[in-house]
Amino acid sequence: MEKTYRHSIPFVYKLLAGFLFFLVMFVIAMLFGAADTTIRDVWLAVSSQAAEEKISLIRDLRLPREIAAIFVGAALAIAGAIMQGMTRNPLADPGLLGLTAGAHAALAISLALVPSASSFVLMLACMIGAAAGAALVFGISAGKKGGFSSLRIVLAGVAVSSLLYAIAEGIGLAFKISKDVSMWTAGGLIGTSWSQLQVIVPCITLGILLSLLLSKQLTILSLSEEVAVGLGQKTTRIKILLFFVIIMLTGASVALIGNMTFIGLMVPHIVRTLVGTDYRSILPMSALVGASFMLIADTLGRTVNAPYETPVAAIIAVMGLPFFLFVVRKGGSALS
Amino acid sequence: MIQPAVIRKQRVIVLLLLILTAVTIGIGMGLGYSSVSYDRLIPVLLGQGTFKEEFVLFSLRLPRMIITLLAGMALALSGAILQGITRNALADPGIVGINAGAGVAIALFFLFFPVQAGLFIYALPLVAFVGALLTACLIYLFSYSKKTGLQPNRLILTGVGFSMALSGLMIVLISSAERSKVDFIAKWLAGNIWGSDWPFLWALLPWLVILVPFALYKAHALNLLTLHESVAIGIGVSVEKERVILLVTAVALAASAVSVTGGVAFIGLMAPHIAKALIGPRNQLLLPVALLIGGWLLLFADTAGRQLVEPDGIPAGIMVALIGAPYFIWLLLQNK
Repeated sequence: MEKTYRHSIPFVYKLLAGFLFFLVMFVIAMLFGAADTTIRDVWLAVSSQAAEEKISLIRDLRLPREIAAIFVGAALAIAGAIMQGMTRNPLADPGLLGLTAGAHAALAISLALVPSASSFVLMLACMIGAAAGAALVFGISAGKKGGFSSLRIVLAGVAVSSLLYAIAEGIGLAFKISKDVSMWTAGGLIGTSWSQLQVIVPCITLGILLSLLLSKQLTILSLSEEVAVGLGQKTTRIKILLFFVIIMLTGASVALIGNMTFIGLMVPHIVRTLVGTDYRSILPMSALVGASFMLIADTLGRTVNAPYETPVAAIIAVMGLPFFLFVVRKGGSALS
Repeated sequence: MIQPAVIRKQRVIVLLLLILTAVTIGIGMGLGYSSVSYDRLIPVLLGQGTFKEEFVLFSLRLPRMIITLLAGMALALSGAILQGITRNALADPGIVGINAGAGVAIALFFLFFPVQAGLFIYALPLVAFVGALLTACLIYLFSYSKKTGLQPNRLILTGVGFSMALSGLMIVLISSAERSKVDFIAKWLAGNIWGSDWPFLWALLPWLVILVPFALYKAHALNLLTLHESVAIGIGVSVEKERVILLVTAVALAASAVSVTGGVAFIGLMAPHIAKALIGPRNQLLLPVALLIGGWLLLFADTAGRQLVEPDGIPAGIMVALIGAPYFIWLLLQNK
């Protein structure tokens, strides 16, 4: 099949540039922190068995953390992109639409009922919670005709999120586990361990691969319902599959680092200005940009106020506001 | 011309609400960590109690309940005004970000201006007002377009964005703080009635004494603003001026309330709606009813929350969200 590029620079080069940017961010993230390290330390930590203090600091604290940042950033960015494509709503974001709040509530409930739950169980709980949150929001906004307007969907997200957060906090207080819950959800990337990564990274990787497989169908779906049906797509099946991917990505992310709004909103919009509207390009690029963004935010969080940590979710929320305002201002045309 | 029957109905409702509030206060006085038995209430109130009874009643319970009642009233009035001027039934100072703006200002003030305890309390509502007003101006600016004037829907969307980003900013501020101050901001965000002492009441009261009568006096202007923009202009209302005056009033009411209660949303949403269902949309009649309902709701939420979990109880903000969010969802389902 002959491919025609709208843009002068082929996509491969853009992806390469994105990858380089990502690498630079990764190195920067590894170098800076409460304890500054050198490139040599980082290299030794990755490549050798040396056990100096700085090197093991990198290996046991910083490396798992940055790996978590990379995967969560990529996962949330892709989840946001899929949601925007599926709902054709430029304001879709896992944080805004109740998924992270649902996962949060599910986390609190499972910590209350089974205090010794393993990472894997908690991750499953988060996924179920995310699915429930999303189902509530979509159910409410689809309840009436013309349901999927930006205003309704965002307000439904706000309402469901506040309810689920209140439930989570209430459970936390009632079972005296609010410290544990907030350690999971507000702690961000602090204290990410290799054992958590072993459970969650495969899941996110699988989700990303699935999303890439579905990216062509997503592009068709993002045009319009009629076009998708006309081209012979089984829209319901594709939608369910995509929804499943979103839940996987978001649930795993929340299980790892807690609540995070706006990153799934921002990244796809940035990416669209770079590579256009084809989701075959948007999704891989979103993964790279999302990962880089998360690395930047985490590096900021660790260095702005060292030795105290600034939660990465808060930094992302502040960085995300301009984008949100921009998208609100542009309205529906923000997707093209 | 308002029909006498409607006025009579309003009088009855007001009376019933007053009785309900009084009963709630009566019951609330006897409930709590250290109990004062009901048959002792009247002697204690008349000054014949033991030291312990007087201390519990006059220094702990009464100021808290009065502050809660007043704050609820202010929030309800603020919500009613916002719903009127945005012509959107879903406006609420918490949802559109005014509370969060006040919160950021309070957090900043708390962190960087170490003034002595006495002055701090009296400056709080003012600081909150400045923060909330700045936020409101920004939101107004971003949702105003030269061609179409103020767009109510965009105002709410922009507000939601601001509310999220500002909550994020508050967390960034927390993390730069000493550990003891962190606790304060965390409590504020959850909507814990933390200003439960007489000085807080004296700090809050002057604002309400001025603003509540002013808002009631403006009820007629608010009626006209609720109409379509062109109709209001046609009748001869200087729309822009009235709207700004009322907006500032709403902001001041919300700010003074949240400066002592912390981030409580949904009261400003629920109270006017319930009032409207009871008495109809005429603001002269509606505002007093909404006022009383709001006061009672917050009082009830706080009193109930205090009983649920020993010893600190569930913050009023969370209790209100547990009641208010489902209500909001129900409204969304009703609205077209």
